[in-house]
Amino acid sequence: MIELIEVSKRFTLHNKGGAVIPVMEGASLKVVPGECVALTGASGAGKSTMMRVIYGNFLAASGQVLVDGLDVAKAEPQEILALRRETLGYVSQFLRVVPRVPTLEVVAEPLLALGCDRQEALGKAAGLLSRLNIPERLWLLSPTTFSGGEQQRVNIARGFAHDYPVMLLDEPTAALDTQNRETVLTLIEEAKARGAAIVGIFHDIEARERVCDREINVSDFNQEVAE
Amino acid sequence: MTPLLQVKGIGKRYGAQIGCADVSFDLYPGEVMGIVGESGSGKSTLLNCLAGHLAPDAGQVIFDTRADGPEDTVNMSEPERRMLRRTDWAFVHQNARDGLRMSVSAGGNIGERLMAVGDRHYGAIRDRAIDWLGRVEISETRVDDRPTTFSGGMQQRLQIARNLVTSPRLVFMDEPTGGLDVSVQARLLDLLRGLVRELGLSAIIVTHDLAVARLLAHRLMVMKEGHMIEAGLTDQVLDDPQHAYTQLLVSSVLQV
Amino acid sequence: MNEYNFAYLDEQTKRMIRRAILKGLAVPGYQVPFASREMPMPYGWGTGGVQISAATLTPEDTFKVIDQGADDTTNAVSIRKFFEITAGVETTEETKKATVIQTRHRIPEAKLREDQIIVYQVPIPEPLRFLEPRETETRKMHSLEEYGLMHVKLYEDISQHGAISTAYAYPVKVSGRYVMDPSPIPKFDNPKLEMDAIQLFGAGREQRIYAVPPHTEVVSLDFEDYPFEATKADHPCDLCGAEDSYLDEVILDDTGNRMFVCSDTDYCRSRRAAGHVGRLAGEGAA
Repeated sequence: MIELIEVSKRFTLHNKGGAVIPVMEGASLKVVPGECVALTGASGAGKSTMMRVIYGNFLAASGQVLVDGLDVAKAEPQEILALRRETLGYVSQFLRVVPRVPTLEVVAEPLLALGCDRQEALGKAAGLLSRLNIPERLWLLSPTTFSGGEQQRVNIARGFAHDYPVMLLDEPTAALDTQNRETVLTLIEEAKARGAAIVGIFHDIEARERVCDREINVSDFNQEVAE
Repeated sequence: MTPLLQVKGIGKRYGAQIGCADVSFDLYPGEVMGIVGESGSGKSTLLNCLAGHLAPDAGQVIFDTRADGPEDTVNMSEPERRMLRRTDWAFVHQNARDGLRMSVSAGGNIGERLMAVGDRHYGAIRDRAIDWLGRVEISETRVDDRPTTFSGGMQQRLQIARNLVTSPRLVFMDEPTGGLDVSVQARLLDLLRGLVRELGLSAIIVTHDLAVARLLAHRLMVMKEGHMIEAGLTDQVLDDPQHAYTQLLVSSVLQV
Repeated sequence: MNEYNFAYLDEQTKRMIRRAILKGLAVPGYQVPFASREMPMPYGWGTGGVQISAATLTPEDTFKVIDQGADDTTNAVSIRKFFEITAGVETTEETKKATVIQTRHRIPEAKLREDQIIVYQVPIPEPLRFLEPRETETRKMHSLEEYGLMHVKLYEDISQHGAISTAYAYPVKVSGRYVMDPSPIPKFDNPKLEMDAIQLFGAGREQRIYAVPPHTEVVSLDFEDYPFEATKADHPCDLCGAEDSYLDEVILDDTGNRMFVCSDTDYCRSRRAAGHVGRLAGEGAA
């Protein structure tokens, strides 16, 4: 489902005299349906960069980034948008939403964007919020006022609202208590069971060992860090 | 899929001065395109050329009309273009006063486009005006009040209702949230996002506010000195800008 | 007579105005620009109508002037005198004897004939002006038949007053094409705009002439659920008893007494001469 072939990524800082910072070189990776791969490596080694290259918000300098057959590195914006709507989900560490929109709507949005029936979408959102222990009295409030942990759980609920065949998870269990951590790991296991291909960053070693089938050390793709 | 709008090599000069030059892109149904850049970068000139308010010196603006499929609106006869402007197109001005009739009630403002396309039943027109007031979160009791008695945010929402009542397929917006308080902006953004999704609208939004662009636009185009210097997915352009100017623009913002 | 060219204006000017009139008749309801002249009376006193009358009159014509239906108000008397002196034409107060009738704010009650011409004095010829102040834009709206705004005005009426409250200068569509301001006649007179006589409209200050040829369709704008109604005071004339004429309300004293009389003085007088009697006939103002 996910296949990276000889992907490189560097940042050119035009306003710093054109300094070129290579962050990834010759990265290759293959993830099949039902598999969860953990990205490891020291902070700054390029774990998030790789996730973003796969998601398409970082532009690969060379190589192929195939997600469900589409080369994200070269695809047209509308192809990537369609891919993100239907196939490729991303749970980032930060919740970015339009202020004032109720939590329930935030979580249901990916389903609504797919043209899902409104009641059905809200029902599924409610189910996820309950599982992640967001009290019902908060559902009609905007998550912008929530605590960090609550926001993180809303973000996860939103990321799991639609059954994406490919998922990117950036520290999904950070800042969660035991019970919620358990729920999130179960969600990931369920996603794997239905055949989702997952790439994740887990600092939580226990969690990583429980849900991930193998690990890729991104430092291997970063010469500066590797040396 | 046929693009709703195909822009090909649009250029506009003001004497020796370049307004915009050689701008091309396609817009697909349901897509929101953001145009960002500083004041004077040519984004408003471009928008006005696309919307038929200004005649471009070069290029084509091909719109997929309901009746006859793709047609170049630059070479259309003026009556055809004006008809398009009050049916399938809408234009939301930065300053609501430019887009509203301030001496006409809210209901009359919304009803105008309906009457312009031949609706002649007062009751039906009024019912639709009230329905649209509700959709833009203005109380039905304000239907007979003039926009002069409305707050800035309400005026802007009224302008949107007035534009969307004929179910246009393409909306041009020039700094729709400019000049509004932050909290009012948020409400408007939420409203616009909902309408875009529910009605399947396509939109071209000119803004200098990158946060607005991130929340509303699927795709982004960066303008500088009349030229399109970078374009792509909104988050890609904002998170991984390739061009020096875009990097400067993104890094100049406090927090996007 | 020897001090003035016939009907005051020089022949070149009359020719220019006649051209505008002919163009107006050829394109019913279209406002034809013309080079309005300074007249020896202030704008607002009917300079547009006077110029059309001057260009229309021949020495054989019989001229009548009415102001709000009356022949004997200052405005009517001065314009009548003006043409008596400058054209030497015969004048009359009787509608049926006149061949050219200049009017301000009324159409006579008596049905006009094919051999008559009625000239309206128009203050603001542009019906769209109320909502669109830009002349460039209103001209474009006329040329493209974009008349939605007219209905916005009527919509506003209904929403503010529960009915179309526009009582005079009620907009009409002429011959299925141009929307026209019929000058500030009461809407009671609107149905009469479809008539046998030639109708000419002159706006001196605004420099516009327009026309409605005989037997032309003139439709008052309205809504399906708020149809046009030609209204008048629900009362017979207190002098002649007429129930079909447009009435003026006259306050008689400070205790609330008032009377309604025909606004068309010629119509009222001729009815009384024919023996019709109203409620207060013999007591009052006449």
